Amino acid sequence: MSRSEGGGTLTPPVSERDHAKGPAEAPVTLVEYGDFECPYCGMASPIVKAAQRKLGPRLRFVYRHFPLAEAHPHARHAAAAAEAAAAQGGEAAFWAMHDALFENQHALDDASLTRLAAGLGLDGDRLATDLAAGTYAGRVRQDFRSGVRSGVNGTPTFFINGARYDRAWADEGQFIRALREAAEGAGARAGE
Amino acid sequence: MAKLVPTTAPPAPSLLQPGTRAPNFTLRSTPDATVSLSDFRGRPVILAFYPADWSPVCGDQMALYNEVLDEFKELGAELLGISVDGVWCHKAFAEARKLRFPLLADFEPKGAVSRAYGAYSADYGTSERALFVIDAEGVIRWSYLSPADVNPGADGILTAIEDLVSGAGAGAAGGASP
Repeated sequence: MSRSEGGGTLTPPVSERDHAKGPAEAPVTLVEYGDFECPYCGMASPIVKAAQRKLGPRLRFVYRHFPLAEAHPHARHAAAAAEAAAAQGGEAAFWAMHDALFENQHALDDASLTRLAAGLGLDGDRLATDLAAGTYAGRVRQDFRSGVRSGVNGTPTFFINGARYDRAWADEGQFIRALREAAEGAGARAGE
Repeated sequence: MAKLVPTTAPPAPSLLQPGTRAPNFTLRSTPDATVSLSDFRGRPVILAFYPADWSPVCGDQMALYNEVLDEFKELGAELLGISVDGVWCHKAFAEARKLRFPLLADFEPKGAVSRAYGAYSADYGTSERALFVIDAEGVIRWSYLSPADVNPGADGILTAIEDLVSGAGAGAAGGASP
């Protein structure tokens, strides 16, 4: 089960710098390290959405960037585009861009990213400028480094309440069961 | 005529442990160049033995290390990948994955270096998925054997190198701080 010493624990823990959807006091926090150009992350996206629907306010979902840039040439800019969207329109814009990127994985070049932003009512020109200037490259890199520290070995990698989830996420039923069990465990610890 | 195939495989030696002097080796890195471990004396070296080129897609261990290479370099460490694949196979694999570190061919005699490190699987005829961090003086400081189907990630390596650089390795290790 455990692989390298110290691996498999989310480092650093979720904080205010993260992009999170769902209540901070939710009993379960699911963190994904993802790459917008990775086909497996694209496949995982609807499964995460299903989990969000089924757990409702008991789930907080956090997304961190882990672009495998040598394999996926557009991954870094796609991640930066989500950050640029957040800078313009806050968390709502981040998540709208997050969804749009996974729905448009086939076209993530800079021109397409700009178009996606404009389609969401954001300032496409400003986003293009940010991409060219590397305004959010550092932020994306910080997420990547934290993933390496946390024992991320590919994308997507999930953490449930800080512990790496090593079973198959593609099994939606099992994935949601694991989240529910974590919710119940956390509830029990809180002394319900 | 000599017997070509031994009837029983020799027992697999166990993984070399910290404190052991790292066996030197010279292996081909390209069709016309070789790399020796002793070339890197004076800085930490990471050896990443892995079963085979061309394992499937995004979560691939070598692709991950390619992304983390800058972190390794900041700590003054060199990364060498090693498998029993031949140089032309390595060349095609490295080009396809845009790998920026050398892949060494433990090809003839097959797996000899992997065996010397206790990182050879006689059952599969490949290297194991095994990691070593070797210090500037050529002594193994950390080793780790991963199940062949599990990508061990890079966190163990980074922690081991940081311990090395911040601890006793104040010498020639390239003076990096995290």
